[in-house]
Amino acid sequence: MTTTSVSKGCFVFKPSAKKKKKTLSLDNSEIRFKLCQDLWHKIRADTEVLQDELNRKILDSLLDFTRKCSSTRQHSDWASQMRASEIPTAALVLGVNVPDHDMTFQSLSELLQQSVTPHVASVQAKECGALKHLMKRVLERLMDTVVTVDDEEEEETEQTSTQLHKSVHCSLSTLCDWYNAKTMKSKTGTPGKKRSSPVRDDPQQPPVVIIFKDLEAFNPKVLQDFILICSRYVERLPLMFIFGIATSPSTIQHMLPHSVSSLLCIELFQSLSCTQHLATVIDKLILTPQFPFKLNGKVMQVLMSIFLYHDFSVRNFIKGVQLALLEHFHSQPLSVLCCKKKEALLNVMQLSHHDLESIRHLLSFRRYVEKQEPQEQLNLFRDDTHLKEVCQKLIKDLRKYHKNYYPVLRCLHTLTSSLPRYPLGKQVRELHLICLEKNVWENEDYQTAMKLLKMLAKDELIASLQRCVEILQPVKSKKMKKALVELEELLTLLEMNESRRAKKLSPFEVLRNEALEFIDGLVKSHLSPPESQTLNEVCYYSSSATVRRHLNATPRTSIQAALSSPYYYLQSLKTEDGTVSNAAPDICIAYKLHLECGRLINLYDWLEAYATVVSAAEGNNPDSDNVRKVEEVKHARFIQAVSELEFLGFIKSTKQKTDHVARLTWGGC
Amino acid sequence: MAALLQHAGYEEERLLRVAQQMPCREVQAGMLLSLMGQPQQYSYPSIFIYGHRASGKSHVMHVLLKELELPHATVSCVECVSVALLFEQVLLSFFGCDAASLLPRSPSLSDFVRIYRQQCSQSPAKQTRYIVMEKAELLRDTDANLLPALLRLQELVEDNVTIILLSEIVWDKFRPNTGCFEPLLLHFPDYSKGELQQILSQDRHPSYTAEFYSSYINILLGVFYSVCRDLRELRHLAALNFSKFCEPLAEGKVKETDTHKLWRNIEPHLKKAMQTVYLREVSSLQWEQMQQMEEKESGALRGLSAHTHVELPYYSKFLLIAAYLASYNPARTDKRFFLKHHGKIKKTNFLKKNEKTSNHLLGPKPFPLDRLLAIFYSVVDNRVAPTASIFSQISSLVTLQLLTQVSHDDQLDAPKYKCAVSMDFICAISRTVNFDIVKYLYDFL
Repeated sequence: MTTTSVSKGCFVFKPSAKKKKKTLSLDNSEIRFKLCQDLWHKIRADTEVLQDELNRKILDSLLDFTRKCSSTRQHSDWASQMRASEIPTAALVLGVNVPDHDMTFQSLSELLQQSVTPHVASVQAKECGALKHLMKRVLERLMDTVVTVDDEEEEETEQTSTQLHKSVHCSLSTLCDWYNAKTMKSKTGTPGKKRSSPVRDDPQQPPVVIIFKDLEAFNPKVLQDFILICSRYVERLPLMFIFGIATSPSTIQHMLPHSVSSLLCIELFQSLSCTQHLATVIDKLILTPQFPFKLNGKVMQVLMSIFLYHDFSVRNFIKGVQLALLEHFHSQPLSVLCCKKKEALLNVMQLSHHDLESIRHLLSFRRYVEKQEPQEQLNLFRDDTHLKEVCQKLIKDLRKYHKNYYPVLRCLHTLTSSLPRYPLGKQVRELHLICLEKNVWENEDYQTAMKLLKMLAKDELIASLQRCVEILQPVKSKKMKKALVELEELLTLLEMNESRRAKKLSPFEVLRNEALEFIDGLVKSHLSPPESQTLNEVCYYSSSATVRRHLNATPRTSIQAALSSPYYYLQSLKTEDGTVSNAAPDICIAYKLHLECGRLINLYDWLEAYATVVSAAEGNNPDSDNVRKVEEVKHARFIQAVSELEFLGFIKSTKQKTDHVARLTWGGC
Repeated sequence: MAALLQHAGYEEERLLRVAQQMPCREVQAGMLLSLMGQPQQYSYPSIFIYGHRASGKSHVMHVLLKELELPHATVSCVECVSVALLFEQVLLSFFGCDAASLLPRSPSLSDFVRIYRQQCSQSPAKQTRYIVMEKAELLRDTDANLLPALLRLQELVEDNVTIILLSEIVWDKFRPNTGCFEPLLLHFPDYSKGELQQILSQDRHPSYTAEFYSSYINILLGVFYSVCRDLRELRHLAALNFSKFCEPLAEGKVKETDTHKLWRNIEPHLKKAMQTVYLREVSSLQWEQMQQMEEKESGALRGLSAHTHVELPYYSKFLLIAAYLASYNPARTDKRFFLKHHGKIKKTNFLKKNEKTSNHLLGPKPFPLDRLLAIFYSVVDNRVAPTASIFSQISSLVTLQLLTQVSHDDQLDAPKYKCAVSMDFICAISRTVNFDIVKYLYDFL
């Protein structure tokens, strides 16, 4: 019934409709899982494409560099001969977001292997503690064999591997021989040439590229020695290095003395900064109506603060989005409606009575109901089919809201981002956060921004409005099309009118005010926060606490929670009043008792108290005789609990008083 | 000059070829030849050659042994990560790979001697065999018995073999305290300016005359000789700037003989090269590109050390600031800086005279993790939960080498760190977070 125009992207739909209908009535978890999976695959594919695009420029220039190096090596002009002893080196500055580097290196080595040379080896600092290990890794990765290092520790693995592989000695001359054999072999394709020309003149000499993924972490001595050795062979072996640098290129000079760095011919490549990277990801992933799944303001805030305050890692940001996505589809039964329009409308019709009841309980829905006529209110509560119809309409409204929200958001951003001191933020994500929180037009900064805009000169205003027009042009929504027409009219009028200084408002000023009022109107009608929209709970994930708990773990708090309320983790210990039961683990009892003490704890008193609690738990009368007998076991258990507490950092031994330990935490019960 | 290299037992023609290939080293080569004697004669067991970098040690040895076709093995000690590699290379070049494969896994010196003797009885030396060890200073770090044994290898293996050690360090620094066989010492002095001129003039560009190139070298040495006498470095500079030198020629403005005009053209250029290329601030490739560009554009190219800015997450910046404060402030002054109501601290007591201003001169001091976190929590403006990512940021600062871990990796309990960034760096970082670090530094109070 509702197959009106939907933007037709290349979405993967694999609906097995019949199966779904059955399961849906009982439990829609399966369908939610599928929706979640599809959405995640789409998001992941999109971000991968995006990252490839972002890296393309730097990777292309790197590839050019490698090609150029390997071609100049084969030239025989005077200048390149004089330079032949230098090892071409690319210093690739990637920024401190180390977790993101893996992907870059992955695609770099793939690209190199595809288009420049089959001989690429990448090494990491942690596997190259000593020179021989570095050598071994490089050789293994290039030659694809097991390499012997004369090392006692590896004796056993060696003996087994000698039978399997032809093991080789760990030196660069082995590599040279191997390389010559390789290039010879590829040359035998044209047998006539084989002997006639020396190897150096062969144009088919692909370079051997060694990638040092994390230069800073390498032991400088190992690196220096390795470079010294390599420079001895550079005439026989077309070596090339790529240094992955996280901090700044001056690290190279800190790590390598002049005698070593003079063997390299270093060229610098600077990658995109991670904040720019994130801005692009947010632009393509969050600020688009394309994905039905949305994050509310608080969750966005958590993810942003993890990025800005903690790790600068775009990969982790996307992981955070993934977590929110999973949690949303897992915890919100109505998320079955969080999908493409067509599917969502279909799913509305399949909703069970139970689901509809939960819709009736939604906060946003109740607000909607209150605004309706009494008769309609009754209908909504009583009649399931009527509710379904209304829901379809509401879902459509929500989609329309998103379609209009993002273009208007971008327009407002283009207008305000050039203002002095950025009243509404420098980045579009900041403005987005403000809009998610509350009505942006009630914000004081918004008022100042509007005031500043009213003072804009003609050319600036026209330029910004021009950009707004460009933003609105591709949007396929009736309201936006109408807005576009109006804006274009205003723009032509503005261009026609001169701005003159006069007491009375000049026609330009009148028009300027008109244009800004128009923008203001757009903002007021389209940038209301999503919380005000009915059924926003379907699309918006709002549990920021869960995200924070999962992504920004607080080990200390968890330990304390486990010790003071073990029933939180061990369901069997649940008591009504929430106190620690006597049957709790020993360490919990000891912890609880130690909270009652001051800075110094008398061990004997502590033991006594512990023994009393434990005997009570075992149901023994503390005054009876057999208390004495089990004392030894209890004593041992107590000592263990105390040393566990020491290990966790709650107490430490002290010399201030005999038989006492010192508390390392404050507070008590 | 070939007269110096006359020696019985070697063909005259070959000696002449040798002499041509090593300008300005005839004296040393002649000395070496007389030490080596005729090929079939026994030679002195060990010779120690030392001289600065690029003074022709390896080159002379290489040319001599190669041109005179003497049996030899050249080993670089950097490359020998284990002694096994050393032994293997020696056996390989003297007796072929069969002999080398006889070596057991992780061979000892006596294994080597045994196999050497065994092989040598099968193919005794008709000529002196030479083992050349480059960068011999690294032998000092190997097993204590290796160097003394190598020095008298001739005795051990009972063969006509001579060890030649090449080093940039004098013999006095080698001598083990247990004493050893003293090798013959031979010094390779640095090249003089005239000698450098002569050597450098040899790599002339094929399309220009020798005189022209020689005059270029003369100008180059005039600029660089006062700061650099390293032959390799000078050769690198010569190669880089030659195209610029030839530019007016190619444009037809000047004749080859007009040295003065050429000098005027190249001199400012060489001065500029002295600032950047000599330190390898920019690579030779970039330098060439820069030369091809117009002067005004070349300002965009900056050296490696110009890029010192590091972007860090917000809390990492504060962690680094806290680490800097912990490294350069005495621990007892923490109370004064970070406690709101620190009570009375007597000024005379607080400012000890000898401690003042010396902290930055002494370099960073180690501090425990607790202190770092305590300072961190008091400098960071809002409340921060002690989350796992705060701790992981500390370790990532360590891998980025902005902090260094002083205690051993295995020590989980109270690890100690040092701050490894400069004052300028930390000032730049604190400016980005609006933190006035100088106010918190004891040295600047």
